[in-house]
Amino acid sequence: MTIRLQREDFDAGAEAAKIARGRTDIGAVVTFAGICRDHEGGEGVTALTLEHYPGMAEEEIGRHVAEAEKRWPLLGVTVIHRYGRLVPGDNIVLVVTASAHREAAFAAAEFLMDYLKTRAPFWKQEERPQGKAWVDAKRSDDAAAGRWEKPRERGAAE
Amino acid sequence: MSVKLLYFAWVRERIGRTEEVVEPPAAVRTVGDLVGWLAGRGEEYAHAFENPKVVRAAIDRAHARPDAAIAGAREIAFFPPMTGG
Repeated sequence: MTIRLQREDFDAGAEAAKIARGRTDIGAVVTFAGICRDHEGGEGVTALTLEHYPGMAEEEIGRHVAEAEKRWPLLGVTVIHRYGRLVPGDNIVLVVTASAHREAAFAAAEFLMDYLKTRAPFWKQEERPQGKAWVDAKRSDDAAAGRWEKPRERGAAE
Repeated sequence: MSVKLLYFAWVRERIGRTEEVVEPPAAVRTVGDLVGWLAGRGEEYAHAFENPKVVRAAIDRAHARPDAAIAGAREIAFFPPMTGG
């Protein structure tokens, strides 16, 4: 697994190529890039600043990746998360997953993004014409992450 | 015990500090107890913790619930719900 936190931009294509380089057992590579938009809730956003908890961010992402590797037969995972001040069009986050078949690669990429959205210690502050404001966590993100929780066993005591 | 506290995002802004070292009394045993004790330290803390349900915590870089014990913790962080990704 490759996990990086950085200010600098990343090259999604290069990272995807790297994960499969020299291997012939990988049949599927899924690449997801999260990008800074110029609008949120119908209003214009001119910049986004990402604050993070150094140390915990890498550890927490590492825990998510380890969980993904437990649940799916993955042959490689790369997560890159930027921090600092970003403007619309800038890359924010990259998730690349590799597996023999596509089901695991797609599912693991979605799982990792849903968990990054809710459990990785980053906080976004938006700059708008009227001023700066901290972004509120979305209930829809919590619901998305909740989908991946293991179902309770039948007959377990309530 | 002596423990380092870290604050992030608007919790940091309201308190006016990024970090500090505190020595809570022995009766402060859990994260929830610590929030209550901190809220009593001044207006800026009360403002940061006015809605305790919204503030999250991590003990030694792992998510911790309000009932988690703080004994032995080296570092406790307080922050709003996360908005990464």
